[in-house]
Amino acid sequence: MPGGERSGRSADMVGSTRPLSIPEQQKRHRVTQPNSRPPIRFRGRSFMALVLAPSAPVHDWLEDLDALSRRSPAFFVGRPVILDVSGLGLDRADLTALVSELKARDVTVMGIEGAKSGSLGEGLPPAPAGGRPVDEVATPDAPAPTHAEPPRAARSLILDQPVRSGQTILHLEGDITIMGSVASGAEVIAGGSIHIYGALRGRAIAGASGNPDARITCRKFEPELLAIDGLYRTADDLGPDRRGQPAQIRLDGDAIKVAALE
Amino acid sequence: MAKVLVVTSGKGGVGKTTTTAALGAALAQAGQSVAVVDFDVGLRNLDLVMGAERRVVYDLINVVNGDAKLNQALIRDKRLENLSLLPASQTRDKDALTDEGVAKVMEELREKFDWVICDSPAGIERGATLAMRHADLAVVVTNPEVSSVRDSDRIIGLLDSKTLKAERGEVMEKHLILTRYDPARADRGDMLKVDDVLEILSIPLLAIIPESLEVLRASNVGCPVTMNNPLSAPARAYIDAVRRLKGDTVPMTVPSDKKSLLNKLFTRRAA
Repeated sequence: MPGGERSGRSADMVGSTRPLSIPEQQKRHRVTQPNSRPPIRFRGRSFMALVLAPSAPVHDWLEDLDALSRRSPAFFVGRPVILDVSGLGLDRADLTALVSELKARDVTVMGIEGAKSGSLGEGLPPAPAGGRPVDEVATPDAPAPTHAEPPRAARSLILDQPVRSGQTILHLEGDITIMGSVASGAEVIAGGSIHIYGALRGRAIAGASGNPDARITCRKFEPELLAIDGLYRTADDLGPDRRGQPAQIRLDGDAIKVAALE
Repeated sequence: MAKVLVVTSGKGGVGKTTTTAALGAALAQAGQSVAVVDFDVGLRNLDLVMGAERRVVYDLINVVNGDAKLNQALIRDKRLENLSLLPASQTRDKDALTDEGVAKVMEELREKFDWVICDSPAGIERGATLAMRHADLAVVVTNPEVSSVRDSDRIIGLLDSKTLKAERGEVMEKHLILTRYDPARADRGDMLKVDDVLEILSIPLLAIIPESLEVLRASNVGCPVTMNNPLSAPARAYIDAVRRLKGDTVPMTVPSDKKSLLNKLFTRRAA
């Protein structure tokens, strides 16, 4: 699998998980005084939002929605909802009315897509950016309460090629195993743990979707930066210990611990 | 069937143009018909190193734009008749290269020659990606120092993703030429050792070119080093590289310029 393609595909997802986007000032603060205050953590989390696209006339569409709610009263409970009003030509007053109609039906709108420019603003949800379409969500046609989706088994990503400088490997759904080395200037970001069977010379960011139990292991420890669950250390902070040795890296409270790998 | 070889590095000044000229000349000396193509539009150098700068009429951009035929732009070497140069334009920039135009030129070159050697510009932008795009194999030129090695690693990543061969799902054949190597300084720890570079880049080694004044001397007289002084250390290293490219098994050595006993005894005149 060509590497650049991987990094290209992952580029749009990088924005959602930025364990490193802490202002420079704060970074220094954290690094020099690790025990003063609990650090601010940034984590990504993704939910599947339900997109409601009303069709004209809106009044009839609301009646259909009522029918659906009667069949399945719990359908909208706890679901983030995005309202797609493209093509309806609603102005600000219509939009406010529609949102309050939905609110009366216990549907809380998180964002509005496709509204005319300038029609959103105070009192109305914002226009979300960066959405990606997913398959249609099945509407319940029998009065069955919806169950929470069973958690998908974490899948691991295995790479046979070395990760070259400038490449980003992003896999938020599980572990990453790399049979080769991670070069200086390369970046590996995993939701779970990272296992490197060569040298780690670039950045390894594990537990990126909020997993303090994630670990990083490598056969040769020469990293530029390590991060687990949003807490990071640069090569400078780590000092010369274990350099060039096999190592495993884990989180102990708020500290990154580097241990020998026997 | 012609082979298209790209000489690339990422970093500038490591010896891509010298390597292109030396490999091109050595292949031609071995009886192959060779075209060397300068992709460094705006900063052309290959014409100087080949000693053809006073004979340039049309260039790669003219051919890409259809203003000249390929035959009009190709400059045949005066010393080796089976060696030709397609120079770059000095007055334009890399944006003048179009995808379709370059594809057409490469197609035509493939029909005419046994080997097409593309001299890539430094960097990872348009010129460099277009130079590698149509290649069948790549020679990555690296100096034994960390910044050059990391840039080469980046280029190898691009060779594995941005080339036509990679996009077809095939594996790009990649070779390393380590230039400006000085075994004594490597032993003292002043520069990276061969094994260090190979460990980081993990691609097969094609040749080690020793640091030598012959390289500078050859480029100043406008003659590829393999032609200017075929017995010099860098020339022998390049000639070995060409034999390996053609499939021969040649033991890997770092050639050195032999000094006579008298030269060894009298190293330098005392002050």
